[in-house]
Amino acid sequence: MLDSRHRANHADHALAAQDVRAAVLELRIPEPAARAGQPVDFSKLKLSAPGAVRRPAVAAVADSMHDLAYGLIRVLDDNGAAIGPWVPELPSAALAAGLRSMLRTRAFDDRMYRAQRQGKASFYVKCTGEEAIAVSQALALENTDMLFPSYRQQGLLIARGYPILKMMGQVYSNTLDPLKGRQMPVMYSSREHGFFSVSGNLGTQFIQAVGWAMASALSGDSRIAASWIGEGTTAEGDFHYALTFASVYRAPVILNVVNNQWAISSFQGIAGGEAAPFAARGIGYGLPALRVDGNDFLAVYAVTRWAAARARANLGATLIEHVTYRSEGHSTSDDPSRYRAADEASKWPLGDPIERLKRHLIARGEWSEARHEALQNEVKQEIRALQREAEASGTLEANTTHSPKTMFEDVYKDMDWRLQRQRQEAGF
Amino acid sequence: MTTMSMIQAVNSAMAVMLSRDPKVVVFGEDVGYFGGVFRATEGLQKTFGKNRCFDTPISEGGIVGAAIGMGAYGMRPVVEIQFADYIYPAFDQLASEAARIRYRSAGEFTVPITVRSPYGGGIFGGQTHSQSPEGLFTHVVGLKVVIPSTPYDAKGLLISSIEDDDPVIFLEPKRLYSGPFEGHSDGAVKSWSTHPASEVPEGHYRVPLGQAAVVREGAEVTVLAYGTMVHVALAATRDSGMDAEVIDLRSLIPLDVDTIVKSVSKTGRCVIVHEATRTSGFGAELAAIVQKHCFFDLEAPIERVTGWDTPYPHAFEWQYFPGPARVAEAMRQVAAG
Ligand SMILES: Cc1ncc(C[n+]2csc(CCOP(=O)(O)OP(=O)(O)O)c2C)c(N)n1
Repeated sequence: MLDSRHRANHADHALAAQDVRAAVLELRIPEPAARAGQPVDFSKLKLSAPGAVRRPAVAAVADSMHDLAYGLIRVLDDNGAAIGPWVPELPSAALAAGLRSMLRTRAFDDRMYRAQRQGKASFYVKCTGEEAIAVSQALALENTDMLFPSYRQQGLLIARGYPILKMMGQVYSNTLDPLKGRQMPVMYSSREHGFFSVSGNLGTQFIQAVGWAMASALSGDSRIAASWIGEGTTAEGDFHYALTFASVYRAPVILNVVNNQWAISSFQGIAGGEAAPFAARGIGYGLPALRVDGNDFLAVYAVTRWAAARARANLGATLIEHVTYRSEGHSTSDDPSRYRAADEASKWPLGDPIERLKRHLIARGEWSEARHEALQNEVKQEIRALQREAEASGTLEANTTHSPKTMFEDVYKDMDWRLQRQRQEAGF
Repeated sequence: MTTMSMIQAVNSAMAVMLSRDPKVVVFGEDVGYFGGVFRATEGLQKTFGKNRCFDTPISEGGIVGAAIGMGAYGMRPVVEIQFADYIYPAFDQLASEAARIRYRSAGEFTVPITVRSPYGGGIFGGQTHSQSPEGLFTHVVGLKVVIPSTPYDAKGLLISSIEDDDPVIFLEPKRLYSGPFEGHSDGAVKSWSTHPASEVPEGHYRVPLGQAAVVREGAEVTVLAYGTMVHVALAATRDSGMDAEVIDLRSLIPLDVDTIVKSVSKTGRCVIVHEATRTSGFGAELAAIVQKHCFFDLEAPIERVTGWDTPYPHAFEWQYFPGPARVAEAMRQVAAG
């Protein structure tokens, strides 16, 4: 009796408020604003003006900053000036180093993409347009912090000084490949550089990063962890595992969602990005959640420093959504002209990260178009020379790689009788 | 009749079922507007509308769980897992749920879903685009496991799978999508158009689950294979000049034991071929069945030719892949034994 009256009241209330009526049910299936051949439309993208979003104290409680998940932290304005509360303290030399790493990353991507097209590699993934995220975050973190990336954070390795020659060796699966031909191109691994072995299975690294951070905390260490996934991957269970564990144990970890608008052919709305920003997912877990302009080198640096300072002070994890755009195909297996407007990349309202940092350095009086061009050429020459050197050790089509004998190693610490016998059977 | 590649045949099966049965829906990652990364669902959304064929979030557990829920409502979902290597997040929904709901509800609820997924190597996909996980699913009672080797079978088996009232794992040998592949990595890429089994009816037909096909009759040795390995076994037969009887299992669960037993009883020798890793692979089950039923007819120990017990290595694809040379060698050994 009571119960039914309560329910009726509830329904009345809802009706009065919105005049909603029961209807024949229908399923909503999200559609992007523009498909191939349609005019580009970014009007639904929520932007804030540069400098407009507040910067809470590093020690602020997560509950007091829900607005940050819905704003967009930006530092650089259209003229290249750095404005607002998030302007980081960064010497020009550090910015110049960041610019160089971004240019090297882009040049490396271009050469490897072409090499794949020529049949010298099986597969390649570019990060064009997203370089600021990996490069700036590598700069903002300590070199001893542990990184759990996806396949699109090659900029982390490059910024940490990993030899590009080795990366090329892996792309070509030749004798320079440190992973002995076992892994695909782009799925790098370098313990020395604090770069965890990249998995092809989306999302798995997110909770692993939290586990690493928990171990660091359990061990009384000072190092923190960071991980990256695409917005599409937030739909995997691993995202929920990571946020839950990070929240429960206040793990010293930075959880990054790189929202480049597209997951192969499905737009960010298919991952639930229309209902709420990906950063807002953090609120339900009680985590600080920041939404940042991912093409703004300074803003990315500033939020990463903020999140790292919290983690280092035992204040736990931060979720960061980087708003950016995947300028090129998902991979060499993809043809984005089939599913999205061809000029979307050029009309992306947040511009190109390299151009924007260049403009800022020029505005600071520390850089010029001429110097930029010179640097660009220098980097291109360097990458070309490295490519020639790498190709001298073979390419995939030339089939010059480690001995196939090695494929039986590292399945276990010690090879068991099966593998020994199978290696013999294989003739090695 | 029309000439179809395997991918076209798979597409045609879904189109036929979407038009015949309003309860059929098709969904998965990139399957809607784009038509799937292998183009299996090309044009389906355009023809049948967004409500019948749509994109999902990247969540394999979500895809299969949602399919089970739709099945409980009375629909007949056909879902795609983009690569079999990415099916593991759905394993709980498949092994603990889809496989057991009929049993635990005493038949009150059923799971009439089909989970399609490309499997197997041969495209330099490394360890996360090459796996053959069929043995994980044959081990789960309550699931059916179907693997075609030709366009004709792919369409007829997929239609039977969609019409089946139990959950079916439908594994598509991706290396066969555009042409029959015999395992000679350096050989020219063939197209399906000259293969007799590329003649496919445009409309509805079934290839029943649980019936193997004798694709080549022979007297010297029986070769049991499925998927890509059927073509490899035929190539090995030709290369070695041996008179092998090649059996395409087509469905692993339910398994056509009679055809297997009849053949091995006749030849007295048996080679089992699969691309999956050896230990606890489906070949072990086949060997146990053959030795039980054909013990007194066997003239030599049964041989297995399989992928090595390692992850699928990127650069050593062709040293890993159990190609025709290895199959032919096993055939000779078994014939001599
Ligand atoms: C578990 C799993 N499911 C599916 C795939 C296939 N796949 C590879 S990348 C990709 C899209 C990922 O999109 P997103 O997370 O947004 O990252 P982005 O590629 O845009 O950086 C898909 C579906 C996979 N690698 N792993």
